[in-house]
Amino acid sequence: MTELADTASAPAPSLSTRFEVVPIVLFAAFAAAPLFATYSGAEGYVLSLLTRVMIFGIAAMALDLILGYGALVSFGHAAFLGIGGYAVGILATHGIEDALIQIPVALVASALFALVTGAISLRTKGVYFIMITLAFGQMLYFLATSLAAYGGDDGMTLSSRSLVAGSRILKSDFAFYWMCLICLLGAYAFSRSVVASRFGRVLRGTRENAIRMEAIGFQPFRFQLAAYVISGMMAGLAGCLLANQAEFVSPAFMTWQRSGELIFMVVLGGLGSLHGAIIGAAAFLLLEEFLPEILHGVSFFLAEETRAHLAENWKMVFGPLLILIVLFVRGGIMGLLRRPRHG
Amino acid sequence: MAEPLLELRNLRKAYGALVVTDDVSLAVQPGELHAIIGPNGAGKTTLIHQISGTLRSDSGSVLFAGQDVTSLSMPQRVGRGLARSFQITSILPGFSALENVALAVQARSGSSFRFFGNASQEKALNQPAMDCLQQAGLGARAHIPSGLLSHGEKRQLELAIGLATEPKLLLLDEPLAGTGHDESQRVVETLRRLKGRLTIVLIEHDMEAVFSLADRVSVLVYGRVIATDTPGRIRANPEVRAAYLGEEEMV
Repeated sequence: MTELADTASAPAPSLSTRFEVVPIVLFAAFAAAPLFATYSGAEGYVLSLLTRVMIFGIAAMALDLILGYGALVSFGHAAFLGIGGYAVGILATHGIEDALIQIPVALVASALFALVTGAISLRTKGVYFIMITLAFGQMLYFLATSLAAYGGDDGMTLSSRSLVAGSRILKSDFAFYWMCLICLLGAYAFSRSVVASRFGRVLRGTRENAIRMEAIGFQPFRFQLAAYVISGMMAGLAGCLLANQAEFVSPAFMTWQRSGELIFMVVLGGLGSLHGAIIGAAAFLLLEEFLPEILHGVSFFLAEETRAHLAENWKMVFGPLLILIVLFVRGGIMGLLRRPRHG
Repeated sequence: MAEPLLELRNLRKAYGALVVTDDVSLAVQPGELHAIIGPNGAGKTTLIHQISGTLRSDSGSVLFAGQDVTSLSMPQRVGRGLARSFQITSILPGFSALENVALAVQARSGSSFRFFGNASQEKALNQPAMDCLQQAGLGARAHIPSGLLSHGEKRQLELAIGLATEPKLLLLDEPLAGTGHDESQRVVETLRRLKGRLTIVLIEHDMEAVFSLADRVSVLVYGRVIATDTPGRIRANPEVRAAYLGEEEMV
């Protein structure tokens, strides 16, 4: 009964009302960052790093939508980054450089790919689903490597960022930063809405108990497929942005390692909390960026040569560190933020 | 007699050489509470699976409201008004009791392909859901995460979810399974209140409950229906007594 007493005070829609501080702080930080960047002296570097964080935030959030709320472990989500990226790259080589065309094309292409591969892979469950999405991802990867006209293995460099309605506004790193932030905010607001909607409730219900959902008259497959398509389109949008950020597209966009990293970001941030995925992406990318220096700093008591080796082989620490976080911090970073409130 | 609401014709299901449902034919009249009893392993749950569409039948047909539903999936049958509960409690543990029921209401009211608007705030879903919870005697516990409900309350929740799908016929697979005396009393009371308003097919081990609730009883032994009759005559039926001898005391 004590268990009951503890939770009885929690109203049903707690998910949406209790931890609002986190996303507000998060987005405020993103909005304030350009100011900070101006004063940091390394403006270009800070902006491009944070832009990457936001782009991967969108992709991780897309994955969280099906992984966290639908328990669908897609191990091929990087494919959509690739589709988005190649839509930009391929159209640009044919002279279509406007984002107002590139992005819709990327979204439609992502949706179609998601529809076809989802319709097949959602007929399987568990490990088989993971494997089949991985296979589809790899299929697209090898397709990209064989596209000789578009750079094949080496990928292709974009001559410039996309235009917006004919203007070269995105040439400015600031403008591009704001565009990514708007996309992130839009994707977040949309995802929040989807999760709380009738549709999202069916998706969450299916995650908990698919048989029960069928027994009250839902056909889970249709909802899972729709969620998969939505998620794919969001990741496709992230791909468009990523190509513009790097001004480069290559098959490396959609390696299976990239898919794995996306899963890691979601788990690191905390499954099933959309802003958690953004935080996960940020933590992952910032650690990846700064861990060598952190290691170098922390190991001040070691010989200079050893410190250099350590910084050089930072991945030896990175991997175990991620595993430790996932193992010991249940619910990821969001779980950590949530805990003190439970008392 | 009126046309039966549910009719099973020569239903059969075998796992290899093991025939679990053997040529079962059965007619359930509108409005009656029809109990199916039988010793352990008689194939009662398999039969419910076949009626609800969880399992495909090897042969035979299921007619519901005069139409052949044998080839329909479970969600399609639910859409026609054929709902079921599960022997092993099957709820959404992370959802509140109210949301469990509201989802069932949602399945019946309008499209669920709506991506905007907070579903948990929809009055049109929550109000009927609350009614169903109250009918099942669970109104006071509506906002508790259903995973934290007691076992008996979960059984009541199963009933409420079943009701919320607005069924013409409710298949109940051992609604009393695993409940204590007081809890089972509550569920029996709920069933008594529902009786007459709804056609119910009840599979149950608790003989006392069955004989006090049922209008008619069918006895299933090794996948065959050996008798269908009023509770009084079933109790007196020598064949039924023989089947149960050494199994359980008949009331």
